[in-house]
Amino acid sequence: MQKQLLLGVEAIAQGAIDSGISGVYAYPGTPSTEITEYIQNSKEAIARNVHRAWAANEKTAMESALGMSYAGKRALVCMKHVGMNVAADCFMNAAITGANGGMVVTAADDPSMHSSQNEQDSRVYGKFAMIPVLEPSNQQEAYEATRYAFALSETVGSPVLMRITTRLAHSRSGVETFEGIPENHLHLPEDKRQFVLLPAIAKRRYKILLEKQPDFVRASEQSPFNRYIDGDDKSLGIIACGIGYNYLMEVFGGNCKYPVVKVSQYPLPRKMIKRLQRECKQILVLEEGYPVVEEMLKGYPGDTNILGRLDGSLPRDGELNPDLVAKALCFPTTEGAPVPEIVMPRPPALCNGCSHRDVYKALNEVIASYGEGRVFADIGCYTLGALPPFQAINSTVDMGASITMAKGACDAGLFPAVAVIGDSTFTHSGMTGLLDAVNEKTPITVIISDNESISMTGGQESSALGKIESICRGIGVEPEHIRVMMPVPKNHEELCRIIREEVEYKGVSVIIPRRICIQKAARDAKKNKK
Amino acid sequence: MKTDMILAGVGGQGILSIAAALGSAALTNNLYMKQAETHGMSQRGGDVQSYMRISDKPIFSDLIAKGTADIILSVEPMEALRYLPFLREGGYVVTNSTPFINIPNYPDTEVVMKTLQALPHHVIIDADTIAKDKAGNVRASNFVMLGAASPFIEIPFEYLEDGIRAIFSRKGEDIVEMNLKGLRAGREYALEFTQKA
Repeated sequence: MQKQLLLGVEAIAQGAIDSGISGVYAYPGTPSTEITEYIQNSKEAIARNVHRAWAANEKTAMESALGMSYAGKRALVCMKHVGMNVAADCFMNAAITGANGGMVVTAADDPSMHSSQNEQDSRVYGKFAMIPVLEPSNQQEAYEATRYAFALSETVGSPVLMRITTRLAHSRSGVETFEGIPENHLHLPEDKRQFVLLPAIAKRRYKILLEKQPDFVRASEQSPFNRYIDGDDKSLGIIACGIGYNYLMEVFGGNCKYPVVKVSQYPLPRKMIKRLQRECKQILVLEEGYPVVEEMLKGYPGDTNILGRLDGSLPRDGELNPDLVAKALCFPTTEGAPVPEIVMPRPPALCNGCSHRDVYKALNEVIASYGEGRVFADIGCYTLGALPPFQAINSTVDMGASITMAKGACDAGLFPAVAVIGDSTFTHSGMTGLLDAVNEKTPITVIISDNESISMTGGQESSALGKIESICRGIGVEPEHIRVMMPVPKNHEELCRIIREEVEYKGVSVIIPRRICIQKAARDAKKNKK
Repeated sequence: MKTDMILAGVGGQGILSIAAALGSAALTNNLYMKQAETHGMSQRGGDVQSYMRISDKPIFSDLIAKGTADIILSVEPMEALRYLPFLREGGYVVTNSTPFINIPNYPDTEVVMKTLQALPHHVIIDADTIAKDKAGNVRASNFVMLGAASPFIEIPFEYLEDGIRAIFSRKGEDIVEMNLKGLRAGREYALEFTQKA
């Protein structure tokens, strides 16, 4: 019908809109953010009033989506791969409750860690929860697979996981879209206790999930996204998962001489894999992320005829690319000219004029008198405080870990123990840790560097906006130790003094340097001008 | 026909607007295209690149293999050099001459220029000045750059003009015209530059 130029993530968003979703639930995270933003900006989604506001974190997003599914409507959940860890409690149990209205969970993995702290493979979560997983290979498939996933979710009564990786998420191509379908009507599950996971019911539900497994395999075998493509040369068979298929086809110019199983839906299409194993001497597995399929086929102690990331045919870590796949297939590759020695790395940096700069300048000055190694930071733009010129932080682990790691270090006797966390990260996962510290009156100093936006991912609305002081008071931080100030260069001395005073206070203190993200301010000004 | 390009620059320089015009040009003319880009952390003043592939046949990989790119189009001179491993033999480097210095150890700009000038196929262009002089606004400089690369892109020049019209039509005729002027000035400069060389 019509062709649009869409990023992989946008293709998923359009696919979801055309599947008649009634809501998208998400927390921003690269490379998943634009799915929700696309829906937020979609005229159709706005006209239908599809739920599209950001959630406080991935767990609240997943739970809300499950609630929408319970009520019989279709819901999309989106997050980056590490968000799956936050949402895992709900995700694992949603596999047991099953879905009523279609529920699709999109996890955007980031192999090579372009913008992440690890490269975990969300297909493992799919396998862990024992639910169907889709892994589209291109933008067109991403659109179609999303529509298919919602239908599948309702047919088999289970949430479906959509796994993508950075290069599909953030690559554009022409996508043909088709007429959408209307939203579901509100309809409750037939079994009113389906979602009550009391042990007695959970045992029954778990058996139902186990009984569905052969159906999931059958769906994979009949899937429009899985294919057996025969080849003349049976010395090698290739399993190409997700975008691994593209690199394979690139190397062969579209015609692979070996038999290929293209995998874009799991559990693995058993019959196709068995045929490949039967007919081919060796098998090469091309997959983005962990050697998930390779490990399954290899078994223990390890079939040496299975090639991939574990035997060194491909690197054990990092994303695939056409060069790596060509080398694994013994094709000649070109190296190109070397990078001239004068080319210097250009790491990302905090913007000039960013409020985090004022915070780190002051913090470094105060901490210098106590000795280094005492600052626990978090996930956000301010993580860049680890790099020169500031080199101000000593930890960045997961959303919210700054406060609780400072607490643990303080419990161990480290003084001072300072946490640096952003506004949105604080409401994402920092509040509960602050409660732990308040309950024990642990003498930590928490700096909530508030730039009134979720900045690293492009300035989305922060759930914390306008609420931080009242949240801190509600949790039990003493009002006189909640210190709000304006971080600008001329207030440098004031910020140093506040940090010094609160570090010396033998209880929980919260310092809130607050100044809007300069990127956000510029964007808002531009918007208002229009 | 097939053109594989690396678009390079520094986060915030707006290389994605070049990609958008190319993408629109390809799509409206029923060509296949794939364009992979960088989002997230690296956008904060770090080096950014985009892989742009246009062809009249289906394209599989979103990434370009080393030693196969036809063009490196960079809006910053040092960044042009960073992607040399991707350039094929005979491929062109088209770069803006204005350095973006946001790191303390940025190399001597004269050495950067000499390194660029030593490349067998290159176009070095002061896109900001040309944008100001010929299009009346420095904001057209990215399309001056696209114009400078256009002689080496295997799609008709009119397609690129259409691409600019498509992405800027909502912003009014003045903006369209400004960017078209930039595009044409860039092309003219590149054609003269390569004739001299």
